[in-house]
Amino acid sequence: MSVIDPESHESRLPSKPPLRDDTKFATAKIAFFQYAAIGIFIFLIAGFWDLQVRNPEVYYEAAERNMIKALPIPAPRGKILDRDGRVIVDNHSSYGLILSRDNLKFDHVQPIAAGLGIDYQRLVARLQRFRSRPRYEPIIKDELTPGELAFVTAHRDPETFPEMEVLRTQRRLYPQEGLAAHVIGYVGEVSEAELDSPEFIKYDQGDVVGKAGIERQYNDILMGKDGQRQVVVDNRGNEHEVASIKEAVPGKSLQLTLDLDLQVVAELAMQGRNGAVVALDPRNGEVLAMVSNPSYDPNKFAGRIRSEDWKEIASNPDNPMLDRAIQAQFAPGSTFKPIMALAGLEKGVIDDDFKIHCPGGATFYGRYFKCWVKQGHGVVDLHKGIVHSCDVFFYNVGNRLGIDNIAEYADMAGLGKKTGIDLPNEATGVVPSSAWKMRLFRQKWYAGETISVSIGQGALTVTPLQLASAIGGLGMGGVWYKPHLVKSEQPEHRIGKVEAANAQKVIYGMWGVVNEGGGTGGRARLPGVSVCGKTGSAQRLSNEAVKAGHKLKDNAWFVAFAPCEAPEIAVSVLWEGGEHGMLAAPVARDVMKAYFDKKAREAKAQAVAGINKAMPPTIPTLPPEPQEEEKPEAPEQQE
Amino acid sequence: MARYRSIRDLDWPLLIITLVICGMGILQIYSAAHETVWSDAWWKQTLWVGAGVVIMWIMAKVDYHTLLSRAFVFYGLALGGLVLVLAIGGKVFGSKRWISVGGFHLQISEFVKTVIILLVARYLTELKSDRVEGRDLLKLGGLVLVPMLLVAKQPDLGTALCYIPILAIGVFLAGLRWQYLVTIAVILTLVLPAGWHFVLKDYQKARLVTFLDPGRDPRGSGYQVIQSKIAVGAGGMWGRGVTRGTQTKYRFLPVPHTDFIFSSFAEEHGFVGVVVMLGLYFVLLMQIVQNAQMSPDRAGMYICMGVCALLLFHVLVNIGMVAGRMPVTGIPLPLMSYGGSNVLSFFLMLGLVNSVRLQRFVS
Repeated sequence: MSVIDPESHESRLPSKPPLRDDTKFATAKIAFFQYAAIGIFIFLIAGFWDLQVRNPEVYYEAAERNMIKALPIPAPRGKILDRDGRVIVDNHSSYGLILSRDNLKFDHVQPIAAGLGIDYQRLVARLQRFRSRPRYEPIIKDELTPGELAFVTAHRDPETFPEMEVLRTQRRLYPQEGLAAHVIGYVGEVSEAELDSPEFIKYDQGDVVGKAGIERQYNDILMGKDGQRQVVVDNRGNEHEVASIKEAVPGKSLQLTLDLDLQVVAELAMQGRNGAVVALDPRNGEVLAMVSNPSYDPNKFAGRIRSEDWKEIASNPDNPMLDRAIQAQFAPGSTFKPIMALAGLEKGVIDDDFKIHCPGGATFYGRYFKCWVKQGHGVVDLHKGIVHSCDVFFYNVGNRLGIDNIAEYADMAGLGKKTGIDLPNEATGVVPSSAWKMRLFRQKWYAGETISVSIGQGALTVTPLQLASAIGGLGMGGVWYKPHLVKSEQPEHRIGKVEAANAQKVIYGMWGVVNEGGGTGGRARLPGVSVCGKTGSAQRLSNEAVKAGHKLKDNAWFVAFAPCEAPEIAVSVLWEGGEHGMLAAPVARDVMKAYFDKKAREAKAQAVAGINKAMPPTIPTLPPEPQEEEKPEAPEQQE
Repeated sequence: MARYRSIRDLDWPLLIITLVICGMGILQIYSAAHETVWSDAWWKQTLWVGAGVVIMWIMAKVDYHTLLSRAFVFYGLALGGLVLVLAIGGKVFGSKRWISVGGFHLQISEFVKTVIILLVARYLTELKSDRVEGRDLLKLGGLVLVPMLLVAKQPDLGTALCYIPILAIGVFLAGLRWQYLVTIAVILTLVLPAGWHFVLKDYQKARLVTFLDPGRDPRGSGYQVIQSKIAVGAGGMWGRGVTRGTQTKYRFLPVPHTDFIFSSFAEEHGFVGVVVMLGLYFVLLMQIVQNAQMSPDRAGMYICMGVCALLLFHVLVNIGMVAGRMPVTGIPLPLMSYGGSNVLSFFLMLGLVNSVRLQRFVS
């Protein structure tokens, strides 16, 4: 049957040597094959030994990493409330976009950037910065618009851009038009430079932290702790089950001493003017209103990624980012005179009988110093000196005191040093003294320099906050509370060595400024409330301006407190280039009026509540019938 | 010739080991695919194995000499089939591999393996020499090369390469002068770089580069290797349990019921399972080798050793790939991987082995 019959073939080819026995044929070669097979199986088993026995943990972890997707749950920041519990800063839900570096394909970055309108270079730089962070980071865009959200949902399928991951985030919502912007500050993603500084050591790349103002000062309270949601995913990113959830811990809300009513009034009063307003309660140091103009809209760069608007704001020549209330350092001008008067009385260089004659100027140490009223004030005593703000009178006081006595009282009032308010980057201002000049310039103090300082000029500079605090403390008879924005049960304070009678004389002078005929601050008068105040018009010295050959307009200052006999509110107003202090007075008046109006309203409401309490309402009967007559009848009214 | 062939004389250890391997394969197919569109693959595979056993029984009863006598007819049919695949074959994943026959997708190249085994056995038996001469080597090589090229054209390089070990073991056993070995080595060194540039497709190049350095492109062609190694490694000593392998369950492992079935198996059964399984394959091989040794003539020995070499090549390349020790070639694991043609093809070969065995009992 078989075609292959070895024997028959062999017989046909007798020339070839006889073949070996078939049964023993290639026995050695088959044995060789067997050894080769053993070798191959050992080679394979060695491979599995390597993976499964020697280091399975590495691969087990890799398998876990494959299937566990850990998405952050951003914690909402605490709200910021005003003293009555009204919300100043809130959050709103938004969608953010994560570009997961886990399955990021580099050639996807360009189309994603284009689709969402993100600058490609910046996106690449951002991805670079996050290279050492967990894989489901970074958030590359905050606050997706509906259009962008549509782009993401349309393209995040496994075939297109699966690395896109939508995340619910909470975004900060600041008041519109920059209300209280400087006090509150803003948040932003912690920057590379900040991460290197000790203040930010506890934060990670990508954390959103307070960058300025209250947001920065109380970041630890406001900032919550992000949670994490771990889900099991398959190779296409479909979620199968939730592995674990660590809920986010929201930040705590923070109540400020700020009164929104006063804040709004102050901002409105300052509209169109560069400058600052500070209103505080001298009885405890609580800041009621704090305005710096021009302001900015923190919403524009409160996001994770700053918009281009930020550059515009930062490069504005009016410098809206500067918090003038605590950072503007200007000569106080005549608003310094109450402190001069107090120092003079305390040191005994002047008394009730001390009078000088003001002819419109005086010569000290060979130099002629003008009074602001050219024709002079005639005979001037302390009261008139304050009321009319006579420069010549205070030249004499200063001359008699000497610079170091002036510095002592300025320092007592809290000038020339940080008030210690709970805001970052407060400026100190300067109170010159002989020691100060020696330390800074290695030069002796010349008595002639004291004359300028006597009327709040020269090297003397203050911030609006310092001035409000200083004048408020003076109104309190020499008790200076540390200004603060978050209520404290036992506010810090300094009690100055001031004789009540002396303080009263100065306060009476300031009362006169507002309430007497010829006083410079008449515009701050309030019906029903006694207001004490002091105007100031201070020259601005600017090297650039002098070089350019034009004189800067004077700064207008106004400081006030009320009621004079037991101050509840102290206000300082700075109007840059406002020329005369009396023009700044109405701003202070508006703020104080708002304060006392509100107080009256509340008292009335309480009284009504009290009456209601005394006579509980009877059980309500039928609702009153709608009254026909009250319906407006437009045509008849027109006639 | 006596025609006494009893069912008792079948190679029962061989069959039992084969069925154990197939059973483990079916379990693994179930485990890997039970929540996917392939959820009915396990019982389809069961049917294929059943059909395979029948085919094996039929083949065992056929005298292999009859088949050898028609080896060139089969060869001609095989070439025709392969040309047909290229002409009208169904396209899957960019390559034409199947012909649809009565609702089944037949992978012709799988059955060509059996034809090559018969062809090599026939040719080498007819040499009537203890040594292969250069002329014969070229002839036989040419005969094997034609179907190889046709398969490579599909393109299915993995299956095409499978024909080489059959030729190699045959020539090795038939006896080859060392001069020829050197010549082959020299030619290969010259041809391989040329082949790299002109023959290999980009994805094939990528696979080779990836094999040498899988970390180079973890999301691209290195993905399969990395995920397979993760699956294997995560299995550890004892494995994560049937249907509990996360790499398999969440589809990080590519094709866990076909080419990467051993990866899935290693994840769920651990090193212990791997050793048992490799042991089974080894015993299977040795059982076939034993049949070769006891073969009544050279032709039978060539057939058995051809099957042996092919099986060993498949195990080495597939399981080596799973453990990251071989490049990704996309050839299935015999008897375990899901696929009718593959299962039937191997049962066909095992039938041949049994046919050789049964001839012993023919006096």
